[in-house]
Amino acid sequence: MASVQPPRVSLVRNPRVRSLVVQVVLLAALVGLGWWLVNNARVNLAAQGTATGFGFLQTTAGFGITQTLIDYSESSSYGRAFLVGLTNTLLISGIGIVLATILGFAVGIARLSSNWLLARVAGTYVEVIRNLPLLFQILFWYLAVLAALPGPRQSYSLLDLAFLNARGLFVPRLLFEPGSAVVGYAFLIALGISVLLHFFARRQKMRSGVSFPAGILSAIILIAFPLVAFIAMGAPIGIELPELQGFNFRGGTRVNPEFVALLVALVTYTAAFIGENVRAGILAIHKGQSEAALSLGMRKGTSLRLVIIPQALRVITPPLTNQYLNLTKNSSLAVAVGYPDLFAVFAGTTLNQTGQAIEIIAMTMAVYLTISLATSFLMNLYNRRMALVER
Amino acid sequence: MSTQAAGASFVRSELLPDRPPPANLVGIFPLLRERLFSNWLNIALTLMSLAIIVLVVPPLVRFLFIDAVWTGTSRDACVSSSGACWPFIQAKIGQFIYGFYPAELYWRPNLVFIAGALLVLPLLIPAAPLKKLNAILFLGVYPFFAFVILNGGNLDLRRFLIGRFVRLDGLPLVGEVAGLKLVFWLDFLLSGTALLAVAIIASAIIGASARAVAKTLLLVLGCIALALLAVDFDFGLQPVGTRSWGGLLVTLVVAITGIVASLPLGILLALGRRSEMPIVRFASVVFIEFWRGVPLVTVLFFATYMLPFFLPAGVNFDGLLRALIGVTLFSAAYMAEVIRGGLQAIPKGQYEGAASLGLGYWQTMNRIVLPQALVIVIPGIVNSFIALFKDTTLVLIVSIFDLLGQLRAAFSDPNWSSPTTLFTGFAFAGIVYFIFCAGMSRYALYLERRAAHGSR
Repeated sequence: MASVQPPRVSLVRNPRVRSLVVQVVLLAALVGLGWWLVNNARVNLAAQGTATGFGFLQTTAGFGITQTLIDYSESSSYGRAFLVGLTNTLLISGIGIVLATILGFAVGIARLSSNWLLARVAGTYVEVIRNLPLLFQILFWYLAVLAALPGPRQSYSLLDLAFLNARGLFVPRLLFEPGSAVVGYAFLIALGISVLLHFFARRQKMRSGVSFPAGILSAIILIAFPLVAFIAMGAPIGIELPELQGFNFRGGTRVNPEFVALLVALVTYTAAFIGENVRAGILAIHKGQSEAALSLGMRKGTSLRLVIIPQALRVITPPLTNQYLNLTKNSSLAVAVGYPDLFAVFAGTTLNQTGQAIEIIAMTMAVYLTISLATSFLMNLYNRRMALVER
Repeated sequence: MSTQAAGASFVRSELLPDRPPPANLVGIFPLLRERLFSNWLNIALTLMSLAIIVLVVPPLVRFLFIDAVWTGTSRDACVSSSGACWPFIQAKIGQFIYGFYPAELYWRPNLVFIAGALLVLPLLIPAAPLKKLNAILFLGVYPFFAFVILNGGNLDLRRFLIGRFVRLDGLPLVGEVAGLKLVFWLDFLLSGTALLAVAIIASAIIGASARAVAKTLLLVLGCIALALLAVDFDFGLQPVGTRSWGGLLVTLVVAITGIVASLPLGILLALGRRSEMPIVRFASVVFIEFWRGVPLVTVLFFATYMLPFFLPAGVNFDGLLRALIGVTLFSAAYMAEVIRGGLQAIPKGQYEGAASLGLGYWQTMNRIVLPQALVIVIPGIVNSFIALFKDTTLVLIVSIFDLLGQLRAAFSDPNWSSPTTLFTGFAFAGIVYFIFCAGMSRYALYLERRAAHGSR
């Protein structure tokens, strides 16, 4: 090492020049790579003679889909099939998220229970489920459990309302006759009033400390309003029960075995992870918090509701959202059992028929990406609002 | 304050009555009573748990052991039994572990398994010596060893860099020595020399130390040469294409390649995401969030069906390699986030200390930050390995038959179709997956506890 400072700092050692050069080189490399890929794709597609562009979305699909929430037939377009797949994905994700949350919270709380046996049972559940691949579980439910169910005549029944057999799950169907919309509006109005009531009750409590029985009142309103409308309109909503006729069930709604298998696997799998998040969230709240609440004279339930859970939720919510996203993304495994979700309908059947891999896979990825990014954007907003304000 | 609290229902107005003295919790019965039967809710929960245990455990034990069939040669042994059909597993075990790998060559996967275990175990034991050498052997040498042994090596390498632009085939050097094409190695020598010359001239222009640059480049070229030599050399092994690989072998190949290959990429992405250069940061964020935002199935489809369109005509990868590329890109994004967690855990003082010693960016990262950060994130890496190990099952959707795929294929064998075949197969695969995953998660837990002890 020389003892004198070098007279001139070489350009390489200048941090600003360096950072500029690195970024320019990276940008050039990325643009070059992108150009190379696009160029290759253009050459390859021209050589293959496959159609390009999104025109195929308007052409007739010509295949049937076993479960459709919106009108769809074989003569509908590929674009319509895309929408059917998307709604099916949203359906299974939505139902899955609700059920997984319920089961997950139950499992998480059970693991912390003072009841030794219950904590052990919940712990074993989490341990077993988390250590088996999800696809393994989906195939297990579909191939082993559901296929081993008896035929329609020996179906398992739940209070004669719902029936489970090898052909799927048969549940009662709601029949909407004219006038049922009024019942719906009545319910919405009741919902609006009860939200206002809660808002009012909260303000009242903040201002004067006097409690206002908003909970009971809104419960009464929520039941009474639709009930009155229901009776006034002459009972426009009926229930159609599934009934065994001959060798199959008539009436009610049939839920495909694929849907049942996928739902059960997704819910039990995600619930195990949610359970762990809930447990970690509750454990993260310092013991002093509940002790302080108890020493203020709160009952155990009150302290849980007003002190522990609001703080635990702050910890639980981000990983919980992650699990919701995982469930949504994992629902694409539907393709393994043939449930017609977005991936199976679009990246599966449509890709097979049209061969337009680039457009189709890009669209499929874009849908999942949009869901993910939108959720994490909302999550960041929520986090910013909920984060502890540190001084 | 006091006016607000006056009417509030949550403030006590009188003292609590004295509590009863604590029950004597010594001895088994008081403990049981306290833990299981202290009140009605507790009793109900205990009964519910007991009901679950009774519903699950005895049938499982009966199926797996008591009613199980242990010997036999075909479905006739199992068709009348209500228990597990273990002869089915015995008959198919080769398929479950090696897929369609030729049975007389099983020693090759076995050798790879044993070598892998011998390298991984000391790496996992914190007290074992020679960690650095061990890591180099496992991360750098073992992948090529495993590839050559499994696939047979002796790749038909023809062109390196210059050969892609200039036709060297016309030279009188068409000879071949032990599977090595001379044209290729001439190409390699020429390209290496050219690269070296360019690097030395460039460093002279910008005023960097030409010597250091040349040294680094020579080292890199030397490593590449060794790796290419290994895969190009003819060891006299019978080639076994990846189409014949399957079962647990493919599961392990995909999972281990995914983790090993995503580690360097993940480190770069994590550093990029924390970089002060906006373009570098932006590119890293986009890459990470893109792969984290899409399901692995779409990534595998992308790699299998879409990637070939983006490569020059005539370049055609092997199906397994395509899946490996997809898995690596996918897991690199997750790896980057794990490593970022470690980087964020390093106190700012470490960076400042390094800066005040005059260390540059890469010196700071290589010598100060990464050694600490990577140790912190080892449990996280093990956890992402578990996730990847489980996700490996998804390759069956792009027609690569891993353990689960082989299981599914075995179900369709009419020789073994019996009412319990399905359950037996799932029980076996479930036990295998459980042992691997539970073992690894226990290990991650152990490391976390160990780290917690150290920091106290």
